[in-house]
This record gives sequence, C-alpha cells and structure tokens, in this order.
Amino acid sequence: MFMTKNVLKNLFSKSATRLYPAEVRAPFKGFRGMLENAIDVCIFCKKCQLACPSQCLKVDLKARTWECDPFACVYCGVCVDVCPVASLSMRDAYRPVTGEREMIFMQGAPKAVKEKKEKKEKDEA
Amino acid sequence: MARTILPFGPQHPVLPEPIHLTLELEDEIVVSAVPALGYVHRGLEKLCEVRDFHQMIQIVERVCGICSKIHAMCYCQSLEEMMGADVPRRAKYLRVVWSELHRIHSHLLWIGLFADAFGFESLFMQCWRIRERIMDINEATTGNRVVVSVNVIGGVRRDLSREHQTWIGEQLKLVEKEVLALKSTIVSDYTVKSRTQGVGVLTKDQAHQLGAVGPVLRASGWAQDARMLGYAAFDELDFEPVVEVDGDCYARLAVRFREVLQSVDLVRQALTRLPEGEISVPVKGKPNGEIITRVEQPRGELMYYIKGDDTKFLDRLRIRTPTFANIPPLLAMLPGVELADVPVVVLSIDPCISCTER
Amino acid sequence: MNDVITRITMDELPGLAQKMFGEGQRLATLTAVDLGDGTLDLLYHFDKDLVLSHYRLTVPKDAVAPSISGVYFAALLVENEIKDQFGLNFSGLALDFGGHLYLADEVQNAPFCKLSLTKKA
Repeated sequence: MFMTKNVLKNLFSKSATRLYPAEVRAPFKGFRGMLENAIDVCIFCKKCQLACPSQCLKVDLKARTWECDPFACVYCGVCVDVCPVASLSMRDAYRPVTGEREMIFMQGAPKAVKEKKEKKEKDEA
Repeated sequence: MARTILPFGPQHPVLPEPIHLTLELEDEIVVSAVPALGYVHRGLEKLCEVRDFHQMIQIVERVCGICSKIHAMCYCQSLEEMMGADVPRRAKYLRVVWSELHRIHSHLLWIGLFADAFGFESLFMQCWRIRERIMDINEATTGNRVVVSVNVIGGVRRDLSREHQTWIGEQLKLVEKEVLALKSTIVSDYTVKSRTQGVGVLTKDQAHQLGAVGPVLRASGWAQDARMLGYAAFDELDFEPVVEVDGDCYARLAVRFREVLQSVDLVRQALTRLPEGEISVPVKGKPNGEIITRVEQPRGELMYYIKGDDTKFLDRLRIRTPTFANIPPLLAMLPGVELADVPVVVLSIDPCISCTER
Repeated sequence: MNDVITRITMDELPGLAQKMFGEGQRLATLTAVDLGDGTLDLLYHFDKDLVLSHYRLTVPKDAVAPSISGVYFAALLVENEIKDQFGLNFSGLALDFGGHLYLADEVQNAPFCKLSLTKKA
C-alpha cells in the first residue's frame, strides 16, 4: 500500500534520463564548448598564448599560424577574454569524439602590410 | 587471537578515488589502520613556479573537481587582500551564489555515494538526479558544469541576468521540494540508521585534538564553520552553522543533509539581496608578502598560504585541503569498527583524495 | 600579512606544542617554505574558535626538527609531506613513511626545493 503511489507515479511519468544519441538536450547559451579562431581577424599578438593556463596554444607571428591542442585545452575561456580583436570565441557545442589526437592548425593569410610596402616600393621605382 | 592484515583500496568498489588503508584485523574487528597515499599526487603547488599568478587560478581550480569554485575563490581572495583590491559587492554576492551551489551539488553527490556505500542504490540515483539541476544551473550561468572558471582576481567573470536569477529561483524550489521528499528516507529510514548509527564515533574532544574540519567537526558537536569569518558576502547573510552532537556516521549524514537545505536558503538570500553594480575591478601590481586565507569548502575548512616576492610567479603556494585534515580523525574512527562498516566510515569523511595529495 | 607570526626556536617547539594542546588549540596545519639559502621556514598554524595564531621556526635543511606528532597526532601527515617534498628530517614521527608518502620508492630528491638561487632570477 505504501508503495502504490510511487509505483503509479513511475508508471505514468517520463523517465528521468534521455536516450542520449537519439535525444540531445539543447546547449545552454554561453556554454564554453569549442574554442574557435576567426583567423582572418587574428593579429597573432600571442596574448592568448601567454594567458593560457594549460599552455595549449602556439602562435607564430612570423609564419602567421595559430595552433591549439584541443586535448590540452581546459575550456576556461581566458584566451577569449584577453583577445584584443575578438577573433577568439567559444562555440556552445561539445567537441565530437575522435579516434586519434589531432591539433587545430590555422594558417593566416599573408600580411596585408607587406603588399602595401611592395606597392610603395613599386610606386617609388 | 591471530591478527590478519587486510589491504583496503586503492581500488575498492566504494572508493571514488584511490587511497590505500592497511587494516589490521582481529577476527572481524579493525584494530588499527595505516594509510598510504600518493596514487594521485600531481604536484600542483610546485606549478606556481612556472605559471604566473593569473594562470594559477585555473590550476588551483583543478585541485578538486567538486569544489573548484571555492578553491579559486580562496586563491583570488588571498591575492586581492595582498594587492589591496576592493572587490565590488555584487561580485562578492555572486561568489556566494556559486560557492553555495557547489556545496549543494557536492553534498548531494556525497549523500548518493554514501548511500551506495551501504548498498542503497535507489537513494544514490535519486540524489544524483536532483544534483543534475544544479549542474544545469552551473552550465547555464558559468559556462561549464563542474570546473566553472568564474573567478578572476578582482571579482567574477560572469554576471547573472534577471532571467537567470528567476530561473535559478524556480530550479531551487524544485531542488528543495525533491530533497525534502527524500528527507524521510535519508534521516529516518531503518536501513540507513542501522548501518550508520553508532558507527565510527568521533568524540567531541577527539575531533578537536585530531584537527577535524567541516562536517566531521560539526557532527561531533563543534559549531565551527569558516563561513562564520564572514568572507565574501557571508557577513551580510543570515547563517547558523549546522551542528550535530553524536559524532557517528549518521550525525555526519545529518549535518550534510541539513547543509543542503541551508545552502539553498543562502543562495536565495544572496539572490534577493544581490546589489547592482560592477562585477570586477582591474587589479594592478604583483603579489608581495605572505598571507593566510581560510574559506569553507563542502568538505570543511580550506586554507591557503601564499608567499609572493613581487614577481609574477608566486614564491610558495601551500594548500591545506579539508580531507588532508580529516585523515587523522579517520584513523581514529576506524579501530573497533567491523570490517563490513569500514567503507561506510571511510566515506563518511567525504574523502577527496585528489585534494589531499594535490 | 593579515596575522602576526611569532618567531620560535627549535628548543621552544616541544614546549609550545604542549602549551597549545593544553589550551585546546587545534592544529590547523604546518607550512614549509624554502627560503633559498639552505634554510626552511616551518610555519605552525593553530586555531581556536576561528582565531589563528602562527609560529615561525627557521631550520637549516640538513637539521633534524623535533616532530610534534607525539602531541598533535594530526601533524603526522603534514610532517611526512614536508619530509617528502623538502627533504627535512623529523625526529620522533608517530608514523614514518620514510620520505615516500606521495613519491615512488625510486625518487631520491626532494622535489619542492629550489635547485639554486640562480634558477629563481
């Protein structure tokens, strides 16, 4: 008798868990999922590399590359806070599982200033 | 009677984390227990020599997975005091909100694990189901579920919008309702009582002399809670430490159960009194000098000693975690306990081994 | 610094521990700090009714400090930890892990000592 209430309640109520791959809860706004870099905006100032507590970022100003080890990243979002041009952002989705360890490697376009210099040199010539 | 030496752990069904106890048994009764640590030592204190003091915030958060927010808060409070920063009041209140949410989910996690230690699987599942609401609040308001990374020297990194505040209020109402529905099972159930009452007794004097902290100390009749120091905004909130007098596993369960409800109340108080204003101030300078800060973690009093020498690297960072202080009392609780009750007694101090070894 | 730290000598330590124990002070913890010149600071933190009192003992690294674990059993873990990390020996430890509380048996050096003064600069 004591249990009847609970038995009936559990029979007619939804389960507390989700059938995960089939049913996915929508992420919350502002969730720190994946780290992304809009490489066209990035100025390769290395601020994110210096601030990163897990030292998962490698920025090279000369080669204009931005590299992130997503398996070392702790998703704290400090790099996003310090980025002076807001090229870094966190997407609200979990990184999908992978079979092997891979780095995020991004190559920026060659420096625009160089072209100007070349133009100047051409003009002077 | 011949004595038997029985190794307990590091891998044991009830232990979430590895600790080894060498139990000396006489028949079925424990005569002495000797711990062996070192399975999860990571040397996080040493890292302060190669990571600057801003990066250390994220590193001290990883001392403990469950109460990450409170570690970072303690660390930030130390440095703020050292560098003379005036933290905005809104930031202080927000710190209270998140740290009390952490206490709720940590205690619910523990009650679940504790129930699991004496084989009460459905109570375990119910507690963790309720805990999921708190994890959702964490995810929605801070951006991550467990390691929330919300502190910064000089304040907090995220603000709570009005919608968030009302939503947290609604969720807390449900949490409170569901926790109260479990009250009769947790506090007055025959199974729970028969496995926990009178087991692993720590007397009032013992608790104090052996340096117990947190719920272990309060379950032995001491009204001592580091929140009474009034750090963050605790000096402006109504709060009484939860005390039980029996000092057994049941008393420790009761303390933690009542603290869940108390924390729900504290979050509500903080939200209703939440002042408007800035959430962080820029802090200039480098840490110099020595400082000792204490805060109350779910597991007890947490103590940070920081020595800075005016460089961006700290000279010394020492973290005295609550479980580290609670292991000597555990060794005093075990003699006289039946072997079958050892898991219950070990879990009753809420051991966090990764905290202990750092 | 938010609290006053009283300096003590090695001879005063056992008496101090007895006195604090008699007063009903709780041993919060010990802290070891490498000063970089071959000496260590040992800080003893006591707590009573949420008021901390601190005592500082400066010892050379190769000295043997008296253990207070005979009086305060709670000191045994932290004294063993200091022995692990700073290589400082204690006399009369209630339970001696022999410098291997955390560390594996093959580790011989004390990891928390600064290697030299030049490394710090």
